[in-house]
Amino acid sequence: MGIKIKLQNLNVFFGDTRAIKDVSVDFHENMVTAIIGPSGCGKSTVLRSMNRMHDLIATARVTGSIIFDQEDIYDKNVDPVDIRRRIGMVFQKPNPFPAMSIYDNVIAGHKLLGSLKKQESDRIVEESLKRVALWEEVKDRLKTNSMDLSGGQQQRLCIARTIAVRPEVILMDEPCSALDPIATAKIEELINELKEQYTVVIVTHNMQQAARVSDYTAFMYLGELIEFDRTGKIFTNPDKKHTEDYITGRFG
Amino acid sequence: MDGKLFHYLGYLMEREHIVKQYDTELNEIRSKLLEMGGKVEAMISNSVKALVDRDSELADRTIQSDHEINHLEVETDERCLEVLARWQPAARDLRFITLALKIVTDLERMADQCVSIATRSKELNEEPPLKPYIDLPRLADASGTMVKEALDAFVRGDEALAMKVCEDDQFVDELNVQIQRELLTFMMEDPSTISRALKLNYISKYLERIADHATNVAEMVIFMVKGKDIRHTTAP
Repeated sequence: MGIKIKLQNLNVFFGDTRAIKDVSVDFHENMVTAIIGPSGCGKSTVLRSMNRMHDLIATARVTGSIIFDQEDIYDKNVDPVDIRRRIGMVFQKPNPFPAMSIYDNVIAGHKLLGSLKKQESDRIVEESLKRVALWEEVKDRLKTNSMDLSGGQQQRLCIARTIAVRPEVILMDEPCSALDPIATAKIEELINELKEQYTVVIVTHNMQQAARVSDYTAFMYLGELIEFDRTGKIFTNPDKKHTEDYITGRFG
Repeated sequence: MDGKLFHYLGYLMEREHIVKQYDTELNEIRSKLLEMGGKVEAMISNSVKALVDRDSELADRTIQSDHEINHLEVETDERCLEVLARWQPAARDLRFITLALKIVTDLERMADQCVSIATRSKELNEEPPLKPYIDLPRLADASGTMVKEALDAFVRGDEALAMKVCEDDQFVDELNVQIQRELLTFMMEDPSTISRALKLNYISKYLERIADHATNVAEMVIFMVKGKDIRHTTAP
């Protein structure tokens, strides 16, 4: 398996504050990588740098490189909108577009890219909703408002929306924090299936989730990458005492 | 602080868990293991003392004390299971709990060996002693010490002490062979000694098996401390 995205000496500054310090890590293709660490360690900041979300923040500055398909995504020639299609993101709070139906939510990304024939958009909607195991639950009410769905269903809808535009990487920022245990389990099962086709990077504060769902785990602390390895190793025999202290709940 | 230093100083220097109850529960398991170990050491010592002093009542009490070991086995298993279920321990803590479960089994087997020793002792006490017992008490001391040190090593995460236990097994193995050779000589010279010699042979073998169990525990300590599995790497 190759490397899909490579972070090389990534630094992220907000004004004078260096939030991310020289982070280098390889994200393996068709694998799930979890980023764990205490609040404020920079895991979400790293995630958001991977689809150039910090471009939207005036005081943010990114140095180093993020190589995706042999290209630095921060290169001047690169279109950030295209990056955000190819590197999709799912957020903590499910955020279907409130004024839109289930159908329109799924196809929203495509509408930005250009118009589609009805037959084609029907196919994309069905395929995407089936992929997230939501089709059977909503196929008879595709035109109803997306906000009528439960939290778990909304989150799956957001994932359907993300995969409808055929990304290569899916970034997930605490995707289950707002969900109950059963909805969480369904999303975890979905992540397991999604990795066959996509590369997944998930930020989570739930260590047990990271342990269950990921193939690789990165542990961050105060903006630095402390350890990165196969998840089995991190949770049974990490190399760094710091990592062990965190995952055994011995952080001072 | 350097990671190795932490390991050397053992659990006493471990940072505390944020939730005190967790550390309390792990310490309770350590206590139970030490308690079990202490009882097993006493059983080793008493089962051979029952032979040396020709004290069959002591042998009987030793056999009875097996119930306490069985009780502790069940209790400790339950505690370990509960910690696993409630706290989902990771890394070193996970290795500690899963190994504690295995060590409990080793201790219970050791106790069973002591019951066998005590039973043979009672049988031997019905007949005149074959010879002065010098080496069997030495073997019992050596095995008992290995048990104590292996458990201390586990509870403290003391890799150096665990390695010593692994090395000490050689002395026990050699002493056992020596005892068996001597008994064989008795049997060959005088067939009327065979019954007693065989029983003494068994006692020696049981003590050697106890030492093997202690070595198992020591190997687990090294795995717990280093995350490196050295079982089955030493020549038989």
